[in-house]
Amino acid sequence: MASNSSSDRQRIAQQRLRIIAGHLQGPVDSDSTILAAECKAQGSKTDVSSERKTVPRRRQEILKWNGWGYNDTRFLFNKKGQAEFTGKRYRLSGMIIPALQNWFEGTFGASMQHKSPAMPILTSSAVQPPTLNEAFVDELKSTGIPFSHDAEDRVFRGHGHCLHEVFALREGKVGRVPDIVVWPNCHNDVVKIVELACKHNVCLIPYGGGTSVSSALECPPEETRCIVSLDTSQMNRILWIDEKNLTAHVEAGIVGQELERLLNESGYCTGHEPDSMEFSSLGGWVATRASGMKKNIYGNIEDLVVHVKMVTPQGVIEKGCQCPRMSTGPDIHHFIMGSEGTLGVVTEVTMKIRPMPEYQKYGSVVFPNFEQGVACLREVAKQRCAPASIRLMDNEQFKFGHALKPQVSSIFTSFLDGLKKFYITKFKGFDPDRLCVATLLFEGDREKVLQHEKQVYDIAAKFGGLAAGEDNGQRGYMLTFVIAYLRDLGMDYYVIGESFETSVPWDRVLDICRNVKARIIQECKDKGVQFSPLSTCRVTQTYDAGACVYFYFAFNYRGLSDPVHVYEQVEHAAREEILANGGSLSHHHGVGKLRKEWMRETISDVGMGMLKSVKNYVDPKNIFGNRNLI
Amino acid sequence: MAVNALYSHRDPMLKKRDDFEDILEERRNSSDLKYALRCYTPVLYKGVTPCTSSMLKSMVLQSDQLHYVINQVSKETGKATDDVKEEASAILEEMAQCLQLSTVRFFAFTLTKAFKTLFRSICVNEDGIQRLQQAIQEHPVVLLPSHRSYMDFLLMSYILYTYDVALPVIAAGMDFMGMKFVGEMLRMSGAFFIRRSFGGDKLYWALFSEYVKTMLKNGFAPVEFFLEGTRSRTSKSLTPKLGLLNIVMDPFLKGEVFDVNVVPVSISYERVLEETLYARELLGIPKPKESTSGLFKARKILSEDFGSIHVYFGQPVSVRSLAQGKVNRCQFNLVPRHIPRRPGEDIASFVNDSAYGLVRAQEENMVLKPWVLVASLLLQHHHQNQAAGQKRGIALGELTAQAVWLRDLSRQYGAFLHWPDHIPPSEVVSSSLTLHRGLVRVCEEKVQLAVEQAGGPAGPGPHSSVAPEEELLSQAVIVLSCASYRNQALHVFVRPALLALAIHTASSNQKQEVFNSFSFLRNMFSNEFILCPGATVQDFEEACYLLVKTGALQFTQQEVLVTERGHSTLAFLSSMLDPFLQGYQVVCRFLCEEATETLTEKQFIPAVRKFIKKHLLADPGRLRYMEVLSSDLQKNSLAALLRLGAVWKMKGVEQEMLKVNKVMVNSLEDTLGGKLPTQKAAVARL
Repeated sequence: MASNSSSDRQRIAQQRLRIIAGHLQGPVDSDSTILAAECKAQGSKTDVSSERKTVPRRRQEILKWNGWGYNDTRFLFNKKGQAEFTGKRYRLSGMIIPALQNWFEGTFGASMQHKSPAMPILTSSAVQPPTLNEAFVDELKSTGIPFSHDAEDRVFRGHGHCLHEVFALREGKVGRVPDIVVWPNCHNDVVKIVELACKHNVCLIPYGGGTSVSSALECPPEETRCIVSLDTSQMNRILWIDEKNLTAHVEAGIVGQELERLLNESGYCTGHEPDSMEFSSLGGWVATRASGMKKNIYGNIEDLVVHVKMVTPQGVIEKGCQCPRMSTGPDIHHFIMGSEGTLGVVTEVTMKIRPMPEYQKYGSVVFPNFEQGVACLREVAKQRCAPASIRLMDNEQFKFGHALKPQVSSIFTSFLDGLKKFYITKFKGFDPDRLCVATLLFEGDREKVLQHEKQVYDIAAKFGGLAAGEDNGQRGYMLTFVIAYLRDLGMDYYVIGESFETSVPWDRVLDICRNVKARIIQECKDKGVQFSPLSTCRVTQTYDAGACVYFYFAFNYRGLSDPVHVYEQVEHAAREEILANGGSLSHHHGVGKLRKEWMRETISDVGMGMLKSVKNYVDPKNIFGNRNLI
Repeated sequence: MAVNALYSHRDPMLKKRDDFEDILEERRNSSDLKYALRCYTPVLYKGVTPCTSSMLKSMVLQSDQLHYVINQVSKETGKATDDVKEEASAILEEMAQCLQLSTVRFFAFTLTKAFKTLFRSICVNEDGIQRLQQAIQEHPVVLLPSHRSYMDFLLMSYILYTYDVALPVIAAGMDFMGMKFVGEMLRMSGAFFIRRSFGGDKLYWALFSEYVKTMLKNGFAPVEFFLEGTRSRTSKSLTPKLGLLNIVMDPFLKGEVFDVNVVPVSISYERVLEETLYARELLGIPKPKESTSGLFKARKILSEDFGSIHVYFGQPVSVRSLAQGKVNRCQFNLVPRHIPRRPGEDIASFVNDSAYGLVRAQEENMVLKPWVLVASLLLQHHHQNQAAGQKRGIALGELTAQAVWLRDLSRQYGAFLHWPDHIPPSEVVSSSLTLHRGLVRVCEEKVQLAVEQAGGPAGPGPHSSVAPEEELLSQAVIVLSCASYRNQALHVFVRPALLALAIHTASSNQKQEVFNSFSFLRNMFSNEFILCPGATVQDFEEACYLLVKTGALQFTQQEVLVTERGHSTLAFLSSMLDPFLQGYQVVCRFLCEEATETLTEKQFIPAVRKFIKKHLLADPGRLRYMEVLSSDLQKNSLAALLRLGAVWKMKGVEQEMLKVNKVMVNSLEDTLGGKLPTQKAAVARL
């Protein structure tokens, strides 16, 4: 290839990096190349990539132990009462968000005076000493695979990011946590660990990015064996790229942003961007059937995976070729995808890759009401012209998004904002308490993008939609990454909340949104929550036959003796409501232990039997004993 | 049980009820015109999509449901879809309401005039109105008034207009449409018209249900209909009809709305306008067809005093909370919701249970006037005297004393009794006698039913000139009218009365025996009274509780003992049910003795009526109760026998024939008469 085009590619790569991939502002290695790294454990000492690990073994060095994301990044209310976002990593970092306090106090009835701070550090006395299987530990030592039974390391791997998990950590409460953490460096390391685990009957729980919101990482309290957390974070290399077939073979511990960054350097991308992509891992995506924001172009994980290698107690399972499609009985990938760590550890994955898009454009549309918005999305899906991403926020979320607008520097922009608002509410007669907004992301050839954009806006216009600018759209997507940080802010002021998702046929979308939101409000009232909760939703994905809906729910828990229990009851009721309204148990978060109770009605008795018999064959001793799913 | 949520019987004495306000009082002191023209701005449902009556129609015609059914009908009948569509739109035209405020104002004006002359007061519980208003704002609302008179729905709209509450749309029977002009007036005041029967007509059903659902879901207006389906001619609540209730619950069950609130409304008339009309109808004296001129003629009633009306708006009932744990809403997940399907078993029984619970909620809040108690007492005396061959009435003083006794008893049973405590009981009794002077005679301080020939005061002259059958019927009119007042109190006494009867008929005092007997009677009479399905044990316990509480019964480990003072209570209670008991027995006897092989359902009432008349005339001593002439009672007993399998229907050449299992009917009759122990009857039922 001409050097010219390769520098071109690099230019595009850098541009793209600025836009997406976690909005990181860290320096980018300009001399990176495609690497065919060998497994370190096999003795290679010249592994360049080891220098650039995004996630170190001691995660607590860069990540919060009792909250979301990076240590250096958080929301806080400063002395003036203004909200601020610290750090340098995100677009919003270092900015003042003037409207947030008002919105926060108004929405939740919270007050700056009533703080509920977290325990600053973990007291190691709160952590039970590890139950060690000495024979296992001895043999593990002899393999040279690094491991630890340090309290902090163990605690970090004993939880995901469910509300109850984080809430407990903030209070310094720690339940059953893994007894050992091991860091395999490659597939073969994993094979050895699994062999040893089987030999000594210890329980293995795979750990990827730790972003689970289904209690999947919780150690079963009834587990008496030694629990070993198998942390795949060090298996994070791209082993090869096949430009002929547009595939990349990648170790499963790589996290999303790193995968995109490395591929971008070669001018490629996977296009798989779940909201958690900064921290979640490839193996985790496979194990939970993840979905990415841009699935309309690139597909969900099941569409992206060409080949998977998984280590099970019975040995390694993989297909014998890298073919695009096969008719060879039930697809074994579908035993692996969504297995949630109950059958084995995914170690290597061959994924489809695409040349990086030449052009990206954000956009947004304002609709007079949510009903019109949903009708528009439905039409877009019908015409199969959905942009890379299209999301529809309801009115409450629109207001929430508004409250997160950073301070504008120029009078001109604030004047323009005022003008826009005037045009929409006064001139077009939109009711500010009913209107809602769709955010759009287009990707591809410049020309096609513009053409596509026009098509979508034309459809929107038929449903009363008004184009509302790129800025609104872009901010919408940025919020995806910072919203998890906001929960930590809420928890500093007696506000707890969470999001959960479902998928639902088109004819049910409006009904499910209305009913679940109303159910949340009613349940909160019934459970003695003093202030009406925030109960909001958005439609985040469109399919031919339905959509994915996300609910956000948060409330002020002052006056409640057991807020987490109340929270869990409300979430439980909300899930019942979802199921009663024809929604699924999960679109992409998975089942874990949190939603296990509904599995039988979701997949039928026979379905349960099938899953169980697979488990019984693959893992009769329940080595992979996280007890998720079934 | 759904019933529990609506109705729980701890101590009925503790029931909290709201106070009443008389809405006529203000009308008497201010301009009617001003009232009719006043500013009317009701609070609407928060999720309301504003639309007009004609938009509603097109929404219905364009709905997925209609599309589906139209295509289906066109496939089945071979008609072009456009033709079916046209048919649909014509049906909808015939059905739809077109609520207009101007018409409502017209009614507000004229009804005020009429009400002021007819009634002393119209009392409404304002707290109930407040609750209703709140409910309307939050959820689609269904209003379920009791149905005793044609006036009911005009009265409802009138009250809601008065209180600035959203006006309802009302499901009305097609028979109103027969009345020229009035039909259209009613339509413009919010009535929509349904054919009485449209059994297999898919298109009609689809249109009708979709029309109701569309109005409900969009919060267009509260939907009002009569759970009892028709006016009760006997003042007893009727077994609920489930069709419309199914329809209004459907949007909730299918998740189309978050919740639906159902508000039972109890309308109690001190004197029902249709009083004697009903009695005549029950006796088979044909009813005049609804017509405008008939209505016009009826204006002579304007000169009479009909006492007061009490309207009690009950607690709104959330369908969501009723359905909690009883209905699996996931059953709608696998088939598109617009495809009509027979409701699942859980839904059918849920709707049925709810319907009974709601009717009981209506009964609960029915206001009872002292006259109701007086009428009950007078009827019993009438029958006792008749048996004894006496023609003398009861002394006023004794009647008062008994009325006071019954007042206290009914209060202990939780009756919603409006007995003015500040007035001496004798005055209370005599003023209610005055109001109902058409039904009673007071002569020399003796009170009796006015069953003597209406031609004059018991003179010997005209007596002989009247045919005995006619005399029988005119006596029966009085008795049935009186019974309709007694019936108002039946829901208070029915459970203890069934127990009293059970103790009377049971072969021993063993608890189990008594329960068996109770359960047999309850089962037998479950088409007659509102007895929630499957609540036998509950009802038994409630009856025991009440009778023990009032000191009439005592329970030992095994036995049920009647106390010294309990005998009179039990005698009163069981004789309350005696007419029904005898009615069912006589129907059984008819079926055994006279039912021919070719008896059709249509012929049943005339035939049984003839049979009873014959016996009443021939042997008045044996058949004491003229109430057995009531076609309502006869229909109910046939329904019970059909339900129990003692009679069944068989397809005949033209009509369905009634086939009788004479052995079983015989044994049922004997068991009712206490001649057979209940187990035997239970076996016979199998």
